[in-house]
Amino acid sequence: MGRITAGIASSHVPLLGVAADMGKHRDAYFAPIFEGYDWTREWIARPEVKPDVVILVYNDHASAFDMKIIPTFAIGCGERYKPADEGWGPRKVPDVEGHPDLAWHIAQSLILDEFDMTIINEMDVDHGLTVPLTMMYGAPDAWPVKVIPLAVNVVTYPPPSGNRCWALGEAIARAVQSYDQDLNVQIWGTGGMSHQLQGPRAGLINAEWDAMFLDGMVGTTQKLRAIPHIEYLRETGSEGIEMVMWLIMRGALGRETRALHRHYHVPCSNTAIGHIVLEPVDGTVPPSPTLEGNNAAAQAAI
Amino acid sequence: MSGPRDIHEYLGEFEDIPGTRVYTAARARQGYHLNQFAMSLMKAENRTRWLANEAAYLDEWPMTQDQKAAVLARDYNLLLDLGGNIYFLAKVFSTDGLSFLQAVSTMTGMSVEEYSAMMNAGGRSPEGVRSITANRAAEGDAAIRKQR
Repeated sequence: MGRITAGIASSHVPLLGVAADMGKHRDAYFAPIFEGYDWTREWIARPEVKPDVVILVYNDHASAFDMKIIPTFAIGCGERYKPADEGWGPRKVPDVEGHPDLAWHIAQSLILDEFDMTIINEMDVDHGLTVPLTMMYGAPDAWPVKVIPLAVNVVTYPPPSGNRCWALGEAIARAVQSYDQDLNVQIWGTGGMSHQLQGPRAGLINAEWDAMFLDGMVGTTQKLRAIPHIEYLRETGSEGIEMVMWLIMRGALGRETRALHRHYHVPCSNTAIGHIVLEPVDGTVPPSPTLEGNNAAAQAAI
Repeated sequence: MSGPRDIHEYLGEFEDIPGTRVYTAARARQGYHLNQFAMSLMKAENRTRWLANEAAYLDEWPMTQDQKAAVLARDYNLLLDLGGNIYFLAKVFSTDGLSFLQAVSTMTGMSVEEYSAMMNAGGRSPEGVRSITANRAAEGDAAIRKQR
């Protein structure tokens, strides 16, 4: 069976990709950010830690999706994904290799659990997905992990609630557990932390609130799932809402987590950088509440 | 767990945040062609045509005159009011060679240098910019205290 062995949260500011691609990541401005990921890069390369697959929760920034189609939750079931041209040419980083077999299994399981996923077979992936890979793996010739992209709409309101995101994470955990091959799976939640990229209030940062959110990722508390959209907007800036994606990761880790590493830095461009590495202490998630989720024949068919 | 809510109340709260335009469905509808125009600049050949003649390129899109004028003026606050979304508008300022920090600073009434300095000092505090209603109430209280 698949095993979710760890969860990582990380900001995905595009400037970090630019800095890494231009070799500026140890310059005075960027070093305090990248140094906060040194521990993680060493940890994730350890044989006993190294994941086979990462379920990478991110948001597309008007790259693969435009205003024509706005899926709330979409899962990538393709073989591979190319870095997107976001207006200044694609990043020169390796293509991202998918894991269609596990991705399709998760997609089917989620739909039977009444999460009505959009399925993507072809798309390009933007900085939301490639910057976290860079932060965790540096600049290899090929990414040393397969990736299942899970795209969340956090641009056009309303985005999904934090509670719904957490519950999706729990359903992802059930799906991974019911996969029939032994795989070491990590789940990453990306975006955030506090930032506002628009209007006269742009530049808002709320370190105190961000610290509260990081604290809430750890242990048995579920208080973060009850934060309403308006609180993200008021307290963390209009783009801080990306943090609901962290809750998909947190939900997938089950009842109790432990923090292995934590990092916070202001600023990177307009944004507060947050990064935390978690492992499940008790990965128990609630059973499927749905008819088909408890139907042996349906489950056997996926 | 999130509880039931009235959608009008939910949307109404978004208008209570100072200096912020939440990208609601109403704005998404108003700005559809504006944002799709911006999206077209993802393609290198479109960027070339755009840079050669901006006004002619805009005329290929069913946008309002206000939207077109605001794009030509790079008035990003006005573009937000006209339904623009920052991730789409980013295609316009990226084509201009501006970073997110440079473009975002133009919406704040600060120079790039002032804005950068604010970010390097920890960013804009949320104090006093959480709620228009709360600010008005606080101003009212202060005025009453002054009269006394």
